[in-house]
Formats: sequence, structure tokens, C-alpha cells
Amino acid sequence: MNKVLEIFNTMEYGPAPESADAARAWLDGHQRKFGLFINNEWTSPKGAKYYPSYDPSNGGLLAETTQAGKKEVDAAVAAARSAFQTWSQTPGVVRARYMYAVARNIQKHQRLLATLESMDNGKPIRESRDIDVPLLARHFYYYAGWAQLMETELRDYQPVGVVGQIIPWNFPLLMLAWKIAPAIAMGNTVILKPASYTRLTALLFAEIVAEAGLPAGVVNVVTGNSGAGSMIVEHPDVDKVAFTGSTEVGRILRRQTAGSGKKLSLELGGKSPFVVFDDADLDAAVEGVVDAIWFNQGQVCCAGSRLIVQENVAPKFIHKLKERMGHLRVGDPLDKAVDMGAIVDQSQWDTIDSWVKTGIAEGGECFQPNIVLPEKGLFYKPTLITGLDPAASAVQEEIFGPVLVSLTFRTPQEAVELANNTRYGLAASVWSDNINLALDAASKIKAGSVWINCTNQFDGAAGFGGYRESGYGREGGKEGLFEYLRPKWMQRPRPQFTADATWGAHTPALPTPPGLERLNGHSLPPIDRTPKMYIGGKQVRPDGNYTTTIVNAKGKIIGQVGDGNRKDIRDAVEAAHKARTLGWAMRHGYNRSQILYFIAENLDARNAEFAKRIADMTGRTQKSAQAEVDAAVERLFTYAAWADKYGGSVQETTLRGITVAVNEPIGVIGIACPDEYPLLGFVSLMAPAIARGNAVVMIPSEKYPLSATDFYQVLDTSDVPGGVVNVVTGARDHLIKTLAQHEDVDALWYFGSAQGSYHVENESATNMKRTWVGYGIERNWLSREQGEGREFLREATQVKNIWTPTGE
Amino acid sequence: MNSQHTRNPGAPLDLDWVMGARVNKSAAERRVATLTTRRTVKKDWQAAWLLRAVTCIDLTTLAGDDTPGRVQRLCAKAKQPLRPDMMEQLGVADERITVGAVCVYPNRVADAVRALQSSGIPVASVATGFPAGQTPLPQRIQEIEQAVEAGAREIDVVIARNYVLTGDWQAMYDELRQFREACGEAHMKTILATGDLGSLKQVYQASLVAMMAGSDFIKTSTGKETVNATLEVSLVMTRAIREYLERFGYKIGFKPAGGISSAKQALAWQALMKEELGDEWLRNDLFRFGASSLLTDIERQLSHFVSGRYAAKHHMPMG
Repeated sequence: MNKVLEIFNTMEYGPAPESADAARAWLDGHQRKFGLFINNEWTSPKGAKYYPSYDPSNGGLLAETTQAGKKEVDAAVAAARSAFQTWSQTPGVVRARYMYAVARNIQKHQRLLATLESMDNGKPIRESRDIDVPLLARHFYYYAGWAQLMETELRDYQPVGVVGQIIPWNFPLLMLAWKIAPAIAMGNTVILKPASYTRLTALLFAEIVAEAGLPAGVVNVVTGNSGAGSMIVEHPDVDKVAFTGSTEVGRILRRQTAGSGKKLSLELGGKSPFVVFDDADLDAAVEGVVDAIWFNQGQVCCAGSRLIVQENVAPKFIHKLKERMGHLRVGDPLDKAVDMGAIVDQSQWDTIDSWVKTGIAEGGECFQPNIVLPEKGLFYKPTLITGLDPAASAVQEEIFGPVLVSLTFRTPQEAVELANNTRYGLAASVWSDNINLALDAASKIKAGSVWINCTNQFDGAAGFGGYRESGYGREGGKEGLFEYLRPKWMQRPRPQFTADATWGAHTPALPTPPGLERLNGHSLPPIDRTPKMYIGGKQVRPDGNYTTTIVNAKGKIIGQVGDGNRKDIRDAVEAAHKARTLGWAMRHGYNRSQILYFIAENLDARNAEFAKRIADMTGRTQKSAQAEVDAAVERLFTYAAWADKYGGSVQETTLRGITVAVNEPIGVIGIACPDEYPLLGFVSLMAPAIARGNAVVMIPSEKYPLSATDFYQVLDTSDVPGGVVNVVTGARDHLIKTLAQHEDVDALWYFGSAQGSYHVENESATNMKRTWVGYGIERNWLSREQGEGREFLREATQVKNIWTPTGE
Repeated sequence: MNSQHTRNPGAPLDLDWVMGARVNKSAAERRVATLTTRRTVKKDWQAAWLLRAVTCIDLTTLAGDDTPGRVQRLCAKAKQPLRPDMMEQLGVADERITVGAVCVYPNRVADAVRALQSSGIPVASVATGFPAGQTPLPQRIQEIEQAVEAGAREIDVVIARNYVLTGDWQAMYDELRQFREACGEAHMKTILATGDLGSLKQVYQASLVAMMAGSDFIKTSTGKETVNATLEVSLVMTRAIREYLERFGYKIGFKPAGGISSAKQALAWQALMKEELGDEWLRNDLFRFGASSLLTDIERQLSHFVSGRYAAKHHMPMG
């Protein structure tokens, strides 16, 4: 039969291929063999090893790229360092021109970039053409704007230096944009290592950047395996590491960089919830699922991979979903009419398949639509697994493929509990036509991006990044700039330390050796006054019932404090969580500010007593001690002020509707206070944390803890709810180690030694808790520049972007 | 219209169903925005799809200056929508390719019936105070009866929009029930005039009521509203059709009308039908385009397909 007539009768879709001619010509122009892009030049190291890059949709060889070794990484870092000298001094307005040129050039080569991206990665051309590449340009435009504004809007900041960036294979170009654009906007220079599976578009991008006239060495692209990645991460002249990838590798990087003074941002895995309430537009939500889990074959860190649907509409919803799945088209990534392309690599395909088998073995019912896959190539059917329980590993673990698992819930509260029943917290999608319900759920779900009645929305103007083990730091938006900035007064820390396997070990304190004189102003023997721990709003004896004697700077006994142990920490963390769930974070800023003012008032009332204590402990003059107390009162005022002025902002994204960045509290923060300024150091760290709704476990200066133990009496009289501030005295590193290893502590601030800083960062990798450490470098806590302000507020919060489209 | 499908008898009005409707506008917009970027047909497929689109056209003239002569000319085009040489080159010369129907005002029905004699092409008549529906009910019903009497096999009725805007679903239902009765054997295609309705949710609700009242087709627009057929309202209406099918088992047809004048638009609507409802809704017993100038553009595209050269409008015979 005539072909047209045949189709006229069947009304099938046919092939609609995007031409690969230009991409092939570009590859051919390089003889299908690529060196490294350093200093705006192709360099081919002598005797270099090359390794092949394949098209996952047909297994064809695309090109070979270089395996970078130490010499090459050194050369790239040297190029970046040399470029940094001039680039960091180039005025922001000039950097903005360069970045604008880069954005323009991306647009000029948009189709080539998109085609090569689809060939290299296997994603449908529709996505690379309509999503990845437009966002690539968008990020450069957006951050060109911040380069323009840096000198006026970020005048207290400087660039970090040379940045090592390691990106994954799922969005090679988009991840590159998220990394490079904010970095170079702020005056940093970059060594980028694309993922092992997908190296080609980064190399094309490098050429485009050079074509745009970006000075040599500002952006360097180095290909290689994870060994090359490690060399970049561990290079002493790299000042910051930014990584997107698996939580497993993120943990390794955290440990590799621990204690080094390098800044680190991690964007890791997820198992994001997709919550459907019974009052949602179910057809719309079904379409949302398609965009959530069958976008990029489900190889998306923020993929809505856990469907959580209200029980009364679940059968209907699943029915609709299965019907919809039958319309998905899987095939040649360069076909303009497919919904899903190829899985990036055989090993990834195998992993996905084994997860599906696991899901079935765990009792799940697996549904795959009756659709045709190409005979060759790494294709996988869209998959839905129903009937699993939250405990199933297929529900808990990231599959990173086109596999959706579904659960049901009965009440909004249960929906939120299920949504949060994960070690991750990258993103969430909430579907309801009831604005009260949707916004309430959005505020309670712990995730960096929450999309209401939409999903997988991205834009340069809004940050993206995780809660919990999904990592830390944000990419995109103004919040994404601070990963690439340092306050002007601060140098890059270069701490010297030796790791110590016995770090944090502690033998309980023994009685005071005889011969020490007691500081006493009276003729009578002093009434023993041994402060206790302060946990859950109560003074409690140390669990171990050991006591430490505190000797002042002049060698006289000035008191004793409890010698805390693991169990005191455990109790304090539990009390802190209880205080949070009882609503400290839910209180409005006005109320928290009133309490902070009240603390200040009560501290000031005991001004002279606190000053005397500081002088007695430290041996400093009365005047100096007085100044410290005054500063502490002032600092409390500062954070009383900030308690209702740091809620977030409206982001100017491309969404029609409202995108709001909310600065949410992190949760429970463990804080080890510095020895210098025993009162002011304590207050400077406690106040921002609680002002922003966190609950804290404070470990006061080990040397001079008595100001902190005096201080809990102030807390007791200032309406601070029990458990919001807990004070555990004793051996600082012993206590902080327990906090670092505690899996229910969300962040750790440590202002102790360089060695302790290393161990804190290293141990915190277990649950990827956020860390903020001093590397043993003293701060001038009296200075407002160093001792208070936005740096503290940023550490006390994490940004959640809530996207709410509008229109009726 | 040689429908294989059991005709929709209608159903009692279920107000709970109507009131429980949810339509999220931004999500609907996103769906149609990506629908056209997710689906496309090229070359032979595009030609075949456009050929199919021709068979789904309700070739329409609804103007004050319509005359018997004008209708006669339109009907001639309806019977032979494509030039014979083009049909030959497409390899479908032996196929009976005609438009789906000819759509006229009641006064012109007789002209059209005469012109289409023995062609098998049905005549559709608008009725019930088209386009505004603001005439007394008896006259509106009488209009249907007269059109049927004159030989119209399909009646495109307009709803009284005031019932939707005030939420008086019962009144809308009752009127449509009477329309349906007046239609008798003729199929009722109910025009919702979506451009006059307040929201996509109302479009969805009105679709449900129209189907429960026994519509054979639901249709977007009269072509006379400020905004006529859009992909958004079409998405919402097709979803309502799906729900109705799920619930009652009857297949309701869909007709977008007004403003669809390019082959590219036609393909977008076809993709919408195929994706949201399935292949059955690509055929003219369940799908029609209400259009007057669409056919010419399709002819030009098909001409380009067979010749490789971009075509001139004046090379296509006028309807």
C-alpha cells in the first residue's frame, strides 16, 4: 500500500530526527580526539591516555578524550591561579561584559550544543533544546548581572580564588552553567571536570567561551576519571570545591577536604516526594508525574520519584497514570517526538534494572506500559511500582532512573511525615487546589525546592540545593553567590594540623590536685557553687557525675563545672528537638525578638557580676571584661533586630506566579564556643542560631566555661522555652565529637583548634551535617564586621525556594 | 457521519460531580506548551495526518452575506477538497477524500443539502440563537426543528452562557435536554463558547453538563467570541470527555472551532487528540475542526510535500 495512505489509516507517529550533521562535523574537525582545554588552548599531553566516549542510544563511538594526570591538573590549576590575579582585579562591570558575551555565544550555538548533548548523554533533543541549553544561557545572563552589581551590592566580599568543580553526567551543560557562571561572575577562576560518561559538551563549551573572548585561564576544562577529580579536590592551590553527584561521593569529598580551609558546596542525591492531595487537579498531577520522573529518563537528582497520593483518590490516580504511561514514547534521543531517550551507560541501566527487581522482590507490583522500545541501545521503559511500604529499600534509596514508587496517605499530616521520611531533602512537589493546604505542606516539607502544582522548575534567579543528606550550599539566585565569596576581612585559611586517631578521647576529670589556691574575696570558706548542665530548661547533674576544676589565667581555682559525656549530649540533643517540635521555629520573629531583648535586659541587669567573672577567669582588666559584657548585650540586640528581618525574598524567576525564597532554620545546631571572649563568643554564636528558630547545644569554652553557666540563669529568667538553648560543659573536643557523629544533629559550628576543625568536618560527613569551623584562627568577636551579621545568619539558615504558579 | 459508536443517551445531572471539578490553569498551560514540543510529524507522516485533518473539517460559512451561490461553491469544495493532480501524487486518488461536513446557518441548510445530494457529506446547521443564544427558548427550539426539517443531520447548538456564569447548571442541563429532544436523529454538537466563560474550571464543568444532557459532540466556540478555540480549553474539554467515557462508557466527539487556520495548528490539535483521547478521536465521527480557511493552508502544505516547492494560495481552488 502507498505509504501516505497507510499512515492515513493507522495515524501513527513517524520519525522526526534532528540532524546530527553539525555535531559530527565538529567532532570530525577535532579528528574525534580531544586534549584538555587549559588557558584557552587545546593541550595534548605527551603519552597521554585517551578513552572513548559512546553514544548511549546506539553504542557508536563519538570521540576520544584525554585522561588527565597530575601534571595536567597542576597545569590547569596554575593557569587558573595565574588568571585569577587579573580576573579578580577586573572590575565587575567588565566581567559582566565578558559574561554577557558568553551568554550570547551560547545562544548562537544553541542547536549544536543541544544536539551534541543529546548524542553524548542520551537525553531527548526536546529537553536539551528547550530546557538544558536555554537554562545554560539564562544562568550566564543572570550572573552577568551580579558581576555588574558586585561592587555596589556585595562590597564587603571578595572572590574565593581558584575553584575546582566536578559535575555529573545527567545535565552536563546545565550543571556546568550552575558551577561556572556564579564563580566567574564573582571573580574566581575555574577548573571544571566533566563527568566520565559525558565529556564532550564541556569541551565544546570551552571553545565557545574562548570564542566569546573570555581571558585565558578563567575557565579550564580537564577530562578524566575520579582519580583526576581527586587530584583537583586535593590540590593545595584550589580554594574551593563544588560538586554535584551522589551522596556517596559527596561524603568522600567532604572527608578529602576536611580541615583544609577549602570551601565546599555539595549538591547530592534525592528521593523527592511528589504529594497529591485529593483536591488536586488529578489530570494535571498525572502530567506533573511525567515531568517529575520521566524527565531525562529519571536521571535527575531532584526527580519526583516517590509518589505519595491520598488514599481516597489513589486508585483513580494510578489508573490515570498507567493510561498516561502508555502514551510515552521512548526512542532515539535525536527524535523530536520522543519523551524519553537512552540511559547514559550500561552500568547505570543495570543498576536501574536491579532496583526494579528489588522492588518486586520486596512485594511491589511493577507496571510497565506496553510500548515499543528500539531494539538496540540503552533504553528502559517507564516504570511504576505500587504496593510498597515506606520501609522498602526501593522506596528509600535513590534509583536514578525512570522508576516511580507510590505510597498512600490518609491525612495532610501523614503526607508531610511520609514526605519527610527520608535521609534526603532536595526537592518536593505538592499538588492541591487548596492554597492553604498546599502552602502549609510546602512549609513543612524539608527540601530545598518545593514546587506547588508544578515540578522540576529551574531558573537562574532561584537557588537550588538540598537539606539533610542532599548536600549544602545553593546554586542559582543571590544565595548561590556566597559559595564563591569570602568576607573581605578574611583570608583563605591554611590551617596546619595533624589528624589524630584518638582525637576527642577523654578521661573523666579527677579531683583538684592539692596546692592550688582558691580565688576567694571572703574571710569565710566559700559556699560551694558548682554549676550543672542546662538541658531542656532544667539544671541537671552531669550523667557521669564527674566534675572538672576550672583554674583561671593566674593559676587560681575559680570554680568547678560538670564534666559532660556522651549521654549528656544525647539528652541535650533530644531536648533541643523537643523544643523545636514544640514550636520554637514556628514562633513568629516578633516573639523571638522579644525573648532576645529580654535576655539582653536580664544580662545587662547583672552586668557587673558578669564582668567580674570574665576578669576573674581570664585575668583581663575589669574594663576589658566590662567591654565584653556590653558587647554581648549589644549583640543580643543585634539578633533581636534580625529575628524578624531575615525571612527571605521574592525571586524574579521566569515562572508566572510567585517564587519565594524562605530562609528556614536548619534545626538542631551543636556549637563549640571559642576560648577567647568566654561570654561574647558564646552569645555571638547562640543568638543568631536561636533568633532564626534553631535549637542549640552549646559547648562553652573549655577553659573558661563559667560565663556560660552563669548565663543559663539569665536564660531561665528570660522566657526562653526549655530546650531551645542547652549548655553542656566539659572537654570540648570530646563533646563535639559526639555531636559530630550524632545523626540527628543538623549542623555543627566549631571555634576550636585547626585539628578539631579537621575532625569535625571529617566526622560530620556521616550524615552530611552542615559545618562551620574556625580552623583555629581567632576572630575579633568584638568587631561587628567579624563577630556578627549576615555570615552568621546564613550559617543559621537554609534556603527553601517555593514555586507557586498562579492563574485561574 | 457513519459513527461506529453507540450514541450518548445522556445521564441524570450529577451536581456533585460538576461541583467537584478541579482544573489547574498553569498546569494546563504547561501541558499544551510542551505537547507541541513533544510531538511532531514530518514528511509522509505529516502529509497523511493533514489528509486526515481534511476529512475532519466542518467546512463553514456563517456570515450575513451568505447566499445560495456562496453555499453552492462551498459544497463543491467540500466534495473535492484537494486538486485531483495532488490526490494522484499523494497516491490517494482512489480514496474518497471529502471534508467532514458543511456548516451553515439554518436559512442556508436547504441550499447545502441540495448541493451535497448523494455526496454522503452531512450538513450541519448552527441553531438556538447562534451565536449569542439570547433569544427566547421556544424560538431556539423551533430553530433546531426547522433545521432538522430542512435536512440538517448535525445541529451545532449554543448554550446560554448566563447559566454557566451564574452557576445554574440545572437550567443549562434542562435546556440542552430539550435541544437534544428537538434534534431527534440529528447529532447535537454543543457549543460552550469558552471565550465567554470565566475560567477553565467552568469550561470543564460546562463540558460535563453538556455531555450529561446528551450532547454527541462538545465544541469550543462559535467563532464569534473574542477568544475562540485554544489548546488550553481543548485540553480541558478532552479531559472531560475522558472522564465521561470512564463513567458512562460513551464516546463524545470534540470540535474546536474558530481561529484554526494553519496546517501547523491542525497538527497540534491532532496530537492533542491522540495523546489525551487516543486514535479514535482522530477520525471525523469523533473529531471535527470548525474552520473556513484551514483547508487552503493544508492544500498548500500538501502541495509542498508532493512538489518540494512552497505553494501559492491562488493556486488552490476557492471554496
